[in-house]
Amino acid sequence: MNGLTSTATAPRMSASPQRLRSLLEAGLPLTERPWRTLAGQCGMSEDEVLAWVERWQREGLIKRLGLVVRHHALGIRANAMVVWDLPDTAVAEVGRRLAAEPAVTLCYRRRRCPPAWPYNLFCMIHGTRRERVLTVLDAIVERHGLQDVPHRVLFSLKAYKQCGGRYTRETQP
Amino acid sequence: MSARRHWPEPAELDAVDRGIVNRLQNGLPLVESPYAAVAAELSLSEGELLYRLERLLEAGVLSRFGPMYHAERLGGGLTLAALEVPEADFERITALVNAFPEVAHNYRREHRLNMWFVLATETPERIGEVIAAIEAATGLAVFNMPKQEEFHVRLHLPV
Repeated sequence: MNGLTSTATAPRMSASPQRLRSLLEAGLPLTERPWRTLAGQCGMSEDEVLAWVERWQREGLIKRLGLVVRHHALGIRANAMVVWDLPDTAVAEVGRRLAAEPAVTLCYRRRRCPPAWPYNLFCMIHGTRRERVLTVLDAIVERHGLQDVPHRVLFSLKAYKQCGGRYTRETQP
Repeated sequence: MSARRHWPEPAELDAVDRGIVNRLQNGLPLVESPYAAVAAELSLSEGELLYRLERLLEAGVLSRFGPMYHAERLGGGLTLAALEVPEADFERITALVNAFPEVAHNYRREHRLNMWFVLATETPERIGEVIAAIEAATGLAVFNMPKQEEFHVRLHLPV
């Protein structure tokens, strides 16, 4: 290896973590040693790749290594967004309790947009049938004494777009 | 129900597929051979697990497999936004909104606010710019409802 080659590869070395993150966005390869496969694609060793991913997990950049299920493909058609107008002092406690319900798949506190939109707690309930989702919701309301909390159920009628966001670029500006 | 024809036919999952999907929603271990580790937990061979995962990806049951990024900590912006779209104009507005690459999901829902979409951007500042651009393109006010707190669920979508 001559001097010219190492000079040419020097900037790429520092760009490797960025390249790894970008490759990971496309997904983890389905190979017996997926980290080694990625290592070969971004000029790192398998250990370096594992160390970077471990660090990103520790720092919270990567929440977990998992998967995104396309619920429509499974016939899970009743996707209900249930929104609640809770006092600011109660929202965290109710949010934690709703998130612990097995039927609740996402639960967030969000900014209100009054007067048109007074709701500040959002949770998702998926199911194969609308009636079943409503039955589950009734039970949740009952269990947590939420009868007097103003809430609405917004069923989805159609998905126009469902794809993951992309957060990294191949190259930094 | 006229909306029904828009949905694709559901994929068939057997008990093994369901076990795989539910197990992997909880995460994959960070080890050299993660699929072998998960296969052992599920009493499958590594080859069968990889084969089934490939099939689930091809069937569109899984849209993405790998790291779930925390957009805000990556320096990106993320928000949920809604529009009140006049019925007669719904298709035209849908096309305008979906043309923005920052729109990650877009659902029609039953409410006066009838279009709900997620915006994912490379920087937090970009969220405001994209919202302004969507308002300019559609002539409609965007309701911006950023996340203030996340309450963690145990399993994201049991199948």
